[in-house]
Amino acid sequence: MPTRHPTAASDVIVVGAGMIGAACAYYASRAGLSVTVLDRGPVAGGTTGAGEGNLLVSDKEPGPELDLALLSHRLWLELAPALRAEAEFEPKGGLVVASDETRLDALRRFAKAQGDAGVVTVEIPGDRLHDLEPRLAEGLAGAFHYPQDAQVQPALAASHLLRAAGARLRLGEEVTALLTGPDGAVRGVRTANGSRLHAPRVVNAAGTWGGAFARLAGTELPVLPRRGFVLVTEPLPRLVRHKVYAADYVADVASDSAALQTSAVVEGTPAGPVLIGATRERVGFDRTPSTEALRRLALGAARLFPVLAGVRVMRAYAGFRPYLPDHLPAIGPDPRVPGLLHACGHEGAGIGLAPATGLLVSRFLTGTAPGLDIRPFRPERFSPELLGETA
Amino acid sequence: MPLSTPNDPGAPAGRTESYDLVVVGAGPAGLAGAVAAAERGLSVALLDGDAQLGGQFYRHPAPGLGAAAPEALHHGWAAFDALRRRWEGSGGVHLPQHHVWTVAGERAATPGAGADGASWVVHAVTGPDGDDERSVAVRGRAVLLATGAAERHLPFPGWTLPGVIGAGGAQAMLKSGLVLPGGRVVVAGSGPLLLAVASSMVTAGARVPALVEASGYLGYARRPDVLATGPGKLVEAAGLVTRLLGRGARPYPRHAVVRAHGTERVEAVTVARLDGDWRPVPGTERRVPCDAVAVGHGLVPRIDLATALGCETRRTVDGAVALVVDPAQRTSVPGLWSAGETAGVGGALLAMTEGELAGTAVAARLRGVSVARPSARTRSLLRTRARLRAFADLMAAAHRPGDGWPAWLDDDTEVCRCEEVTAGRIGEAVEDLGAGDARTVKLLTRAGMGWCQGRVCGPAVACLATRGGRGAEQRPLPASPERRSPAVPVRLSTLAALDPDPGED
Repeated sequence: MPTRHPTAASDVIVVGAGMIGAACAYYASRAGLSVTVLDRGPVAGGTTGAGEGNLLVSDKEPGPELDLALLSHRLWLELAPALRAEAEFEPKGGLVVASDETRLDALRRFAKAQGDAGVVTVEIPGDRLHDLEPRLAEGLAGAFHYPQDAQVQPALAASHLLRAAGARLRLGEEVTALLTGPDGAVRGVRTANGSRLHAPRVVNAAGTWGGAFARLAGTELPVLPRRGFVLVTEPLPRLVRHKVYAADYVADVASDSAALQTSAVVEGTPAGPVLIGATRERVGFDRTPSTEALRRLALGAARLFPVLAGVRVMRAYAGFRPYLPDHLPAIGPDPRVPGLLHACGHEGAGIGLAPATGLLVSRFLTGTAPGLDIRPFRPERFSPELLGETA
Repeated sequence: MPLSTPNDPGAPAGRTESYDLVVVGAGPAGLAGAVAAAERGLSVALLDGDAQLGGQFYRHPAPGLGAAAPEALHHGWAAFDALRRRWEGSGGVHLPQHHVWTVAGERAATPGAGADGASWVVHAVTGPDGDDERSVAVRGRAVLLATGAAERHLPFPGWTLPGVIGAGGAQAMLKSGLVLPGGRVVVAGSGPLLLAVASSMVTAGARVPALVEASGYLGYARRPDVLATGPGKLVEAAGLVTRLLGRGARPYPRHAVVRAHGTERVEAVTVARLDGDWRPVPGTERRVPCDAVAVGHGLVPRIDLATALGCETRRTVDGAVALVVDPAQRTSVPGLWSAGETAGVGGALLAMTEGELAGTAVAARLRGVSVARPSARTRSLLRTRARLRAFADLMAAAHRPGDGWPAWLDDDTEVCRCEEVTAGRIGEAVEDLGAGDARTVKLLTRAGMGWCQGRVCGPAVACLATRGGRGAEQRPLPASPERRSPAVPVRLSTLAALDPDPGED
């Protein structure tokens, strides 16, 4: 049947103009597909615009997420020449600091396992720490240097990647329904202004709101928000060279606790301000400032870098990390709704994991072998009754 | 008698003092609210960044300057003076030079929790500029946010030259220090403030070679019914104009300063006629020599503390964002009241009216008094508020920046001075990268990320952001609420020294 709006048809519709949506659009486009990206808000208006732009391998234990991160690391290096200047891509490396011997031992074991999985790690004894970070506090036991850790300005990365994708961009347009055919397969989406956009494939890259979009599409994905605060200081000369954080951070990232957890991640930016993350707490979508979170971040940062104590905080903002119960993202087709794919739930790692996610999604879209064990990321893994059919 | 008493003097240092009501901002609205609440028996703390009561409107010289008659620069000084005397006799506590950086909600379980079960901790840093950095927290069962307004700046080529200052800033300099920005001051922009500024300049001895107003004042004429309700203001305005003309000030209605010239400092401006959309009409430019320019395009509400707490906002007729308040001046967040310019810019008289309504309402709420039958005084205040709000809306409509003003920008005009972001880069973010609102433009260009946190360039960036570009056919985008926290910069050591929350570990 001919459509009345032939221009509204594309090969794939990506819902969400954040970093993950941008990467999906980019790799789908490169695979020769025509792509439309929809977002109810602006580019990078959700979690992407509220994050620090961590591209980390250092905080990931061996397993599926680390595999994804290592693939992403390679892809980021490919993207970097195009994005470096425009998206402030910086392969600055991470420095994970242990305050005492016990923590250093734990970190050593962690780093050894990561090394076996392909991560580059270098132990830095306590008396050499100031070679890497001259302003670091005295008396720390030691650290591990992770040269593969990098940083990018996430909103710039998303918007430039979207531009490079050449996708049709429809902003301020909310999806109100998934269009399906008589066989239940995806035909496109309807939006708030009444438009019907046609495509045989729809990608859910709605981030923290990915669960709501899944429900709209008649399926289920238990994405929940985990709040984080970031402090931004006044512009400073370069005081902090790497991404520096205390070894406790790794435990926090993997934690299931709903309570507030804080481990300061401190880093400089090319523009001058120092960023201090990152609290983690499960409080729903509440953006109101938490003085307790600010206190802990400030305390943690000043412990790592005493020089920061007198520095002024210009801004504190909250963002919501989209997480799934097992702290792994959902990437791939949803067997319950043919034509629907998910790419969300990356928690605090979405910027870093975006290229690998986009590449995997494009391979699903084109029927190419994914080249990575994708079973841990299956969107239906939280519906045990379905697992038997697709395992 | 206060419902709850402030701390006894013997309390240990560092303990948070508690009040029934904490008022943030000691301008006309905050002062009127504090007086109304204190006279009804509430314990009240009144915090303000300035050393003196009065806010921007009733800014007056420090006593040491020996000004004989600060009231010469003020209208309604008597009303302010009366309010100030009542405050001094009310038993309320004035905390000057307290810069509030955040207001935090406390758990409902806190003993003494007040209105709607909430209780608030208002955090401030002290000193003339907040630099003293003594950290102070006061607890309130209710909070009245009367944080006023800031000037709206629309950039133009050369606006960063020394000698080009905000019209409100020029007025403040004159009011607080009796200092003129120059000998020949071009007053430009839009809004009723310009007449007052030009008049103050002339009174203080400056020449005003040009009074440049972008609006034609024709907007007023479209609502003669509302206009008739504000005759006092119009008579006042007519008087100001007559006086200005008598002192040689040349009015340029429907004109704008489209460029400032000079090397070390401003030496002249180019003034051009505007069309209905505020686009400069080619061929109408003329050069006006001067040594200072006082320029402003009206006021925009200062609502950082309120939006950080999630208070609902509305778009005003002149494109600014103001708080939504109900007839009792309550915001959408229980326990938080707001009055004055924060709820929509409308001047000192409206601010005092709203402040009194708010103070009265808070007192009734905390004392559990039913307000089903408002008093005659309250009914009269409500009528005054309705009349002044309507008038304010009319003024706002008349002075709403026309959509065409960006036509006087060059690509290399700096819009954000702190981060040196040009109009060209903002245009690129909007047209090529899909930024459709101020927040996204900020993320993509750093406009508004610098020292002033967008307090200067924010309104201009918001205008430039919503002008079109990629994906524009789906506009308007929902306005993403600007949540700027902390409201003033705070040292990391101050944050680190906050009291730990016993509920978290």
